[in-house]
Amino acid sequence: MTNRFVKRTVAAMVAGALPVMAIAADKPESLNVGMTTFLTGPASVFGVPARNAAEILVENINAEGGINGVPIDITFIDEGAGAEALTSEYRRMVESGSAEVMLASISSGNCQTIAPLAEDLQVPNLMWDCGTQRIFEENDYQYVFRTQANATPEMLATVLYLLKTNPDFKTIAVVNQDYAWGRDSWDIFSTALKAMKPDVEVLAEFFPKFGSPDFSTEISRLQALQPDVILSTSWGGDLDTFVQQASQRGLLNSSTFVLPLAESSLERLGSALTDGHIVGGRGDHYFLHPDRRDDEDFQAFMSQYEEKTGEVSVYPVFHASQAIAALTAAYDKAIEDNGVDWPSEDQLLAALEGLTFQGLGREVTIREDNQGIEDQLLGTSVQTGDYPFATMENIMIFDGDELTTPVGENSLEWVQTLDASMVESVTVDQYDN
Amino acid sequence: MNLAIFLLALFDGVAYAALVFIVALGLTLIFGVMRILNVAHGSLYAIGAYTTVTLTGWVLALGFAPILAFPLMLVSAVLVGVLIGGPLEYFLLRRIYDKSEVLQLLVTFAVFMILEDVQRLVWGTRPYFDSSALQALGNISVFGVTYTVYQLILLPLIAVTLLLGMRFFLRHTLTGKLITATTEDREAAQSIGVDADKVFLFTFIIGAVLAGLGGALASPTTSILPGMGADMIVLSFAVVATAGLGQIEGAALTALMIGLGRSFAVYLYPEFSVLVPYLIMVVVLLVRPEGLFGTPSARKI
Repeated sequence: MTNRFVKRTVAAMVAGALPVMAIAADKPESLNVGMTTFLTGPASVFGVPARNAAEILVENINAEGGINGVPIDITFIDEGAGAEALTSEYRRMVESGSAEVMLASISSGNCQTIAPLAEDLQVPNLMWDCGTQRIFEENDYQYVFRTQANATPEMLATVLYLLKTNPDFKTIAVVNQDYAWGRDSWDIFSTALKAMKPDVEVLAEFFPKFGSPDFSTEISRLQALQPDVILSTSWGGDLDTFVQQASQRGLLNSSTFVLPLAESSLERLGSALTDGHIVGGRGDHYFLHPDRRDDEDFQAFMSQYEEKTGEVSVYPVFHASQAIAALTAAYDKAIEDNGVDWPSEDQLLAALEGLTFQGLGREVTIREDNQGIEDQLLGTSVQTGDYPFATMENIMIFDGDELTTPVGENSLEWVQTLDASMVESVTVDQYDN
Repeated sequence: MNLAIFLLALFDGVAYAALVFIVALGLTLIFGVMRILNVAHGSLYAIGAYTTVTLTGWVLALGFAPILAFPLMLVSAVLVGVLIGGPLEYFLLRRIYDKSEVLQLLVTFAVFMILEDVQRLVWGTRPYFDSSALQALGNISVFGVTYTVYQLILLPLIAVTLLLGMRFFLRHTLTGKLITATTEDREAAQSIGVDADKVFLFTFIIGAVLAGLGGALASPTTSILPGMGADMIVLSFAVVATAGLGQIEGAALTALMIGLGRSFAVYLYPEFSVLVPYLIMVVVLLVRPEGLFGTPSARKI
């Protein structure tokens, strides 16, 4: 009896309080943001640049007064400690109130773990880097948004670039890392390739162990098979090792390499990556972005970043900038739309729906299923001598709208319905370099 | 499978086996003498690679010829052995020889974890790559497939030299005989005046130098990055366990088996290639739990 009374009273108080909370929130001391990123492990080649970029960007925003006078306070969680540690840290951070918004994560596996968790904890979560296309195709989320593309447009743009630049190739082989990304990206790539150019023959499929230190045997076999094109969606140390070993043994002279993540390895590969290979950067991400390189904000950031890290920017830097741009744009929009000093959580979520924002690349729009629409930049490697490493020429930026799986459809099924006409019809901007 | 493909797979397997053997040799030597399974061996391998890349990068930046990368590998290996291996044995392992195997394993594993973080502290998380040594030797072409002289000829040559050298050293030199005697029966050796502490320290340094040398020799072919030590310790442990702990010739044969098994798998059934080393290990240990060349040890009372 008493119990029911207490419950009713609490329910009535909560119900009474709710509308007030929805109308406005007090302006906080600071906006606390948590970001998950790899600070240890092989993926720290992405995580550390992203953290450095996030720190610079937050510092810049705070130097200009923050968001409506509220400075951002960003803290990082290491994804390298494993999914178990990540989820408990994530939960702790949100439940203790030390983060109002979360940016998570790099690993697709972690995104899939965190999406339902964010929903449970009712914390707005911006997926800032992970690639899996399954998140919004298999689930509907209210609190989870993605401020970048996913594997489908990334692979589709790669196939289109390959078909536009090498229309006559006959054979292909693949060397991908043996884990979810290596397998999934090949599924999408090969499905799209079969749909648009059915006569291509797949000569060999290699999935060496993740973190493999040696590709010599694969390279020998590839030299014996002589495929026209060799695809590898590998990244980090694996990609570096594969390209270096292939370069040492002349495989780069006999086959065209298609490397959708090589933008993040250009500087480390130095002179090993010779002319004429296809390079991508998971979106329109390139430290010499042809649309953006003359813009003042772009140049200012690039020199700040190079000064801090001694390296050129790679795509996770761009992805971090997009997440932070989305965050500030959403707060600004929510403040303006509602005429408040500081938005409530509901107002923030409403502002994120359909939000358009611009990080270091072109504008990105979040569409109705919370998936970001991001354009895709690919180019061909060239050693110009301006840098001690390969840069890109014959750059194409594909329109993200046409490459992203329509809302409510499954990527693999949708990709099967495409055909060769897309190579001509797709919207693309071309640049010499 | 025609002859050309067979030979190609053979070459790849031999080149790979050579590197694995060099690392496994140090591991099995230390085990054979001290009866301690040194997990930190993997870290010494990684640090050997990092040191080589750093030294080579530094020396080449001063404008010296790339051929200098070879002596620098040796320098790095010796540095690792003496500066890390030496203190490790002297201050730490020496205290736990009488303790249970579980404790020994835990201690060396702890050292491994600590050294992993030290690497991250010193070299960061960025992959390094310096193939000056490999490029200095050029390429050769076999059946239309290009190999590097470094991997196809130099590495196997070094592996064979080390194997023969180690055999000669243990059987025909005084120090080698002292080591063998201490291995056979520590107490008896001490009673006739062998300084077992010194022998252990010396052996451990040699083992550590071999780990560092493995890393140094691997460095021109692969990206140097955090985690490389863990992979190598697992693989070389598979080699050592399959061969029989402490068996040097056995380690050579097993490394060859694993290298060939892996490369033939890549040609015939690539999905299998990761599994092959461990499959060989399981099959061998099922039939001979003491390893291919191991002898069931008589328990002392």
